[in-house]
Amino acid sequence: MQVREAPGDCYIVDLSGEIDVYTSPKVKDAIGELIDRGVYHLVINLEKVRYIDSTGLGVLIGGLKRVREHGGSVNLVCTNPQIKKIFDITGLVKIFGIFESEETAMKALV
Amino acid sequence: MNPAVEPATTAPDRVELRLPCRPEWVALARLAAAAVANRLKLSIEDIEDVKLAVAEACTAVIQHEHHGEFIELTCETLPDALRIRVHDAGRHLPPSQDGASMDFDEARVAGLGVFLIRTLMDELSYDVHPELGTDLRMVKRLTGHPG
Repeated sequence: MQVREAPGDCYIVDLSGEIDVYTSPKVKDAIGELIDRGVYHLVINLEKVRYIDSTGLGVLIGGLKRVREHGGSVNLVCTNPQIKKIFDITGLVKIFGIFESEETAMKALV
Repeated sequence: MNPAVEPATTAPDRVELRLPCRPEWVALARLAAAAVANRLKLSIEDIEDVKLAVAEACTAVIQHEHHGEFIELTCETLPDALRIRVHDAGRHLPPSQDGASMDFDEARVAGLGVFLIRTLMDELSYDVHPELGTDLRMVKRLTGHPG
């Protein structure tokens, strides 16, 4: 996991590997720390994520709810069909912006 | 014939795995289930569905306050399906989830795992026994075997 600063008070969080019940607490802490520091516009890059389950989705939803309380937003970068399928069937495509590239995800941040 | 390329037999095989009921072992459960699904020659997409469903079942056990000490994973290769049982000695029902929603409150987030299992697998059932614990049973049928 890596956190990068981007132009416009935006941060990019690169996730990789498997986001499950064992690894998602670390992701939750990292996103929580950013929000605690006042970062409310996030791009979370899932391009290197091979697997995500409901605990990972829960962390992303929790982050989104927190930034929205401050007028912020979370956009995702994801092209892996298996990962996108999970967002589709859970209906999360309707609450997250999901983009094919980091550039489009950043441009679309509110 | 090389056993590695031998086609799956029609006789049911049973693979059992007993894991400590802790988060760091869920990856092993899903990899084991994936290996059995691969042996049954499920498609790549179906194998991914099985991995996620098994992980969600194990995660639901681990996250429950009254779970047992171990998770027992049993995978059976049927001629037309993969049958999976996730058992623990605790007595609990998973959080309910009747569908995804725009309003993802805590209860709905907790129920996402069960929703995913219901969506990705062809059958799902629970059995909570007062002494023996909780069974979650699920079936993934081979493509072309609508059941």
